[in-house]
Amino acid sequence: MLPHAWPEHILFAVSLLPLWQWMAAQPWSIGLRESLFMWPLLESAHVLTLMMFVGTTTMLDLRLLGVTFRGVPTSEFTGRLLPWTRAAFAVMTVTGLLLFYANPVRYHHNLFFRAKVILLVASGLNIWFFHSRAHTRVQAWDLTMPPPRAARLAAVVSLAAWVGVVVTGRMVAYNWFDCDLQPQSAFVNWAAACVVPPVGE
Amino acid sequence: MLLPLFEWCESTGLGLVVRESVWLFPVIEAAHLLGLCLLGGALFLVDLRMLGAGLTRTALPALARQARPWLVAGVATMLASGVLLFLSEAIKCYYSQAFWVKITTLPVALLFTFVVRERVAAAADDHVGFTVAATGAVSIALWLTVAAAGRWIGFS
Repeated sequence: MLPHAWPEHILFAVSLLPLWQWMAAQPWSIGLRESLFMWPLLESAHVLTLMMFVGTTTMLDLRLLGVTFRGVPTSEFTGRLLPWTRAAFAVMTVTGLLLFYANPVRYHHNLFFRAKVILLVASGLNIWFFHSRAHTRVQAWDLTMPPPRAARLAAVVSLAAWVGVVVTGRMVAYNWFDCDLQPQSAFVNWAAACVVPPVGE
Repeated sequence: MLLPLFEWCESTGLGLVVRESVWLFPVIEAAHLLGLCLLGGALFLVDLRMLGAGLTRTALPALARQARPWLVAGVATMLASGVLLFLSEAIKCYYSQAFWVKITTLPVALLFTFVVRERVAAAADDHVGFTVAATGAVSIALWLTVAAAGRWIGFS
């Protein structure tokens, strides 16, 4: 028999907040959070690698849509340009994780950060889908115009998702929807997992 | 000497509109960042090729020609959004070292890209010589400086 409070227990069990609270108390996290130069340096490296990563990804997407670089085989893009895209992604991920490590509790409750994570997951699924399906037969459509529907669809999803990641990522810096700026709408408090005392207490 | 000019910029109607809005500055900032990505992609694709990496099986002049409209679109997006951001906080920029690094490197990068690099890329053959490789390296260095200094304006 399941106790009626079952969903609440599950929610509590999967909340990562205790982990972030522990993380925020670590000396290295505090050091990063309070540093004068390390945080801006990490943030700058994050933006510069974003420029390379989203930039080269956009070029691949435009090629998959067949709007430009029509004479360049798709396999040359995925074989010879993609390693550079991946290298930029690696640095972007490491710097991004360090930026998160500097202030995990704030990001946990940040509406834009949560939207960004969802978009990142969507983007990752799209990449996995493209590489495990349409791209496995790339030799058959390397120079075909227009490229197959599945490839064009993957490009559109990729462009939309990365634009969303860049925009929400930039908005993380703004505190409009922060939990400590009440009152917020019920949706914001729900979506950002704010703990708000009931009205009247 | 230039301070009155910067003060005038900040007093313009456009600057005022952006400064007084809660969400305009962040939204324009996001557009500025998306323009940076477009610029970065169209730029690195060709710069890497100039350094003998990336899309090496495609002739450099053809690659540069096809990347050009996207590069121009990226630059245009950045200039349009950048001017608006600048007008809204011109006086802050006047006192920001990062701004001066950026605003002096930017014309150099633009001139280098559309005068020197464009000619070098158009004239290049399949062999990547020193001139071509050096042009690619200088282009990357210039634009990364502009981007890093630009990001740093926000930290001051």
